[in-house]
Amino acid sequence: MGKPVISVVDIWKSYNDLNVLNGVSFELMEKEVKVIFGPSGSGKSTLLRCINMLNPPDKGEIYLRGQNLMDSDVDLNKIRSRIGMVFQHFNLFTHLKAIDNVSIGLRRVKGLSKEEAHEKALMALKSVKMAEWADHYPAQLSGGQQQRVGIARALAMEPDVILFDEPTSALDPELIGEVLQVMLDIAKSGTTMIVVTHELGFAKAVSSEMIFLGEGVILERGTPEHFFTSPESERVKKFLKQLEVLYGSHEELLKL
Amino acid sequence: MKRCFLLITIILLIGIAIISLGIISYIFFPFLFNIFIYILVSGLPHTLLLTSIGLLGGFVLGISLALMRIYGSKELQWISSGYEKLFRGVPLLVLIYIFAFGIPGIFWFISPLDRSLAAVMLALALRSGAYQSQIFRGAILSVNLGQMEAARSLGMNQIQGFRHIVMPQALRLAIPSWSNEYAVVIKDTSFASGIGILELTKSAYRISVIYREIPELWTLSMVFLTIIYFLFTYPITRFFGERQTKKLKDLGMGGG
Repeated sequence: MGKPVISVVDIWKSYNDLNVLNGVSFELMEKEVKVIFGPSGSGKSTLLRCINMLNPPDKGEIYLRGQNLMDSDVDLNKIRSRIGMVFQHFNLFTHLKAIDNVSIGLRRVKGLSKEEAHEKALMALKSVKMAEWADHYPAQLSGGQQQRVGIARALAMEPDVILFDEPTSALDPELIGEVLQVMLDIAKSGTTMIVVTHELGFAKAVSSEMIFLGEGVILERGTPEHFFTSPESERVKKFLKQLEVLYGSHEELLKL
Repeated sequence: MKRCFLLITIILLIGIAIISLGIISYIFFPFLFNIFIYILVSGLPHTLLLTSIGLLGGFVLGISLALMRIYGSKELQWISSGYEKLFRGVPLLVLIYIFAFGIPGIFWFISPLDRSLAAVMLALALRSGAYQSQIFRGAILSVNLGQMEAARSLGMNQIQGFRHIVMPQALRLAIPSWSNEYAVVIKDTSFASGIGILELTKSAYRISVIYREIPELWTLSMVFLTIIYFLFTYPITRFFGERQTKKLKDLGMGGG
């Protein structure tokens, strides 16, 4: 299968007295979509932030195509330009139009000319079906549209991997679909992704492996089929049950 | 472009107001017209000069102090906040006296005729800097942290993120308070009359003294003076304050 794009080796992270990650390891292969889920406070977001070194881990190693990001001589800005990030709250640049949100990284980080960056940004917007909204400011867009621009912003940099930090959890239910659809599209077109989400349908459709994070460790991992048919630990069963109640069939809701 | 156009309109309106006031008084009361013109012609240049230098110097100083306060080391933070406390605690007139008389030889490189003008400029800039640093500090801090995070995740370094993302937003957020600072500074230039600089207040004062035998002249010249100050403050603060506040709202910036 070749070499992993990302490999995370036994990373630990704590904030003051709070241990958030207690030794997490996994590998992410080319074109793989890994879904990370688990209860809140289990360290999912922290894990993503460790991977792109926004919050470097206290201990452990992270490799991007074999390069150890914990080395002190690594240019982290360069590394981050190769790791896309999509945020829960979109974090679009409020003073810039959609198109400029997407092109600014290309211009300022990759050093592309204005025209080149514009063209590439427009292509990225097209791939998330937002091209006709290119001249709108974030505040003029719905949450779903904003998140699609956020995805385009990450996509345009042509990163080795894109990290999604609960991309749909701040959205109204009717807006989730359009964002998930875009994520499905780019996953199917071969984007390497790590997705923190509770959208089990999405996980089922494209993820090769799901990781259940709890109390800062990987409690269970496996294919989507594994989780939906025969999860092992009680903790996972309980969690999946709750997710099903929340997002799943109406029968479950009615029984309550 | 549109903003430019509106600004020109406002300047034109101020001009028209001054001219029509002049024409009316010229037709009906030629003597009053002379007073009005005298105040304007002899006073306005220095008032505008002091205002612009005070604001500009304060701008550079204010931004630097705000940056020191937010991003600087402990020592820089201490210097910056000490500066603010000091200069917000001294009356402007006292500052002017200090630089005009208190520190002999401070402006040795300037021709003696211009020294008092330089003293006022310095006092205005130093004092306005203290206030403007508060304006910019507030504006920078009110830019959402997620903005810098998103910039960093694209691969921008801290300086790029500040320059291209945080600063443009902070400057927009600062405009309403900044227009208020303009109104404060232009009125505070009247303190320059205290050391004999012929600006608006001094020329209104002077004309009242010249025609000692007409006590009503005091009333008249002060009314004219008030009208002139008003024309130079209200339209501009209204334009920048209210319009920009609305614009910020449209961009979803600045809360409220």
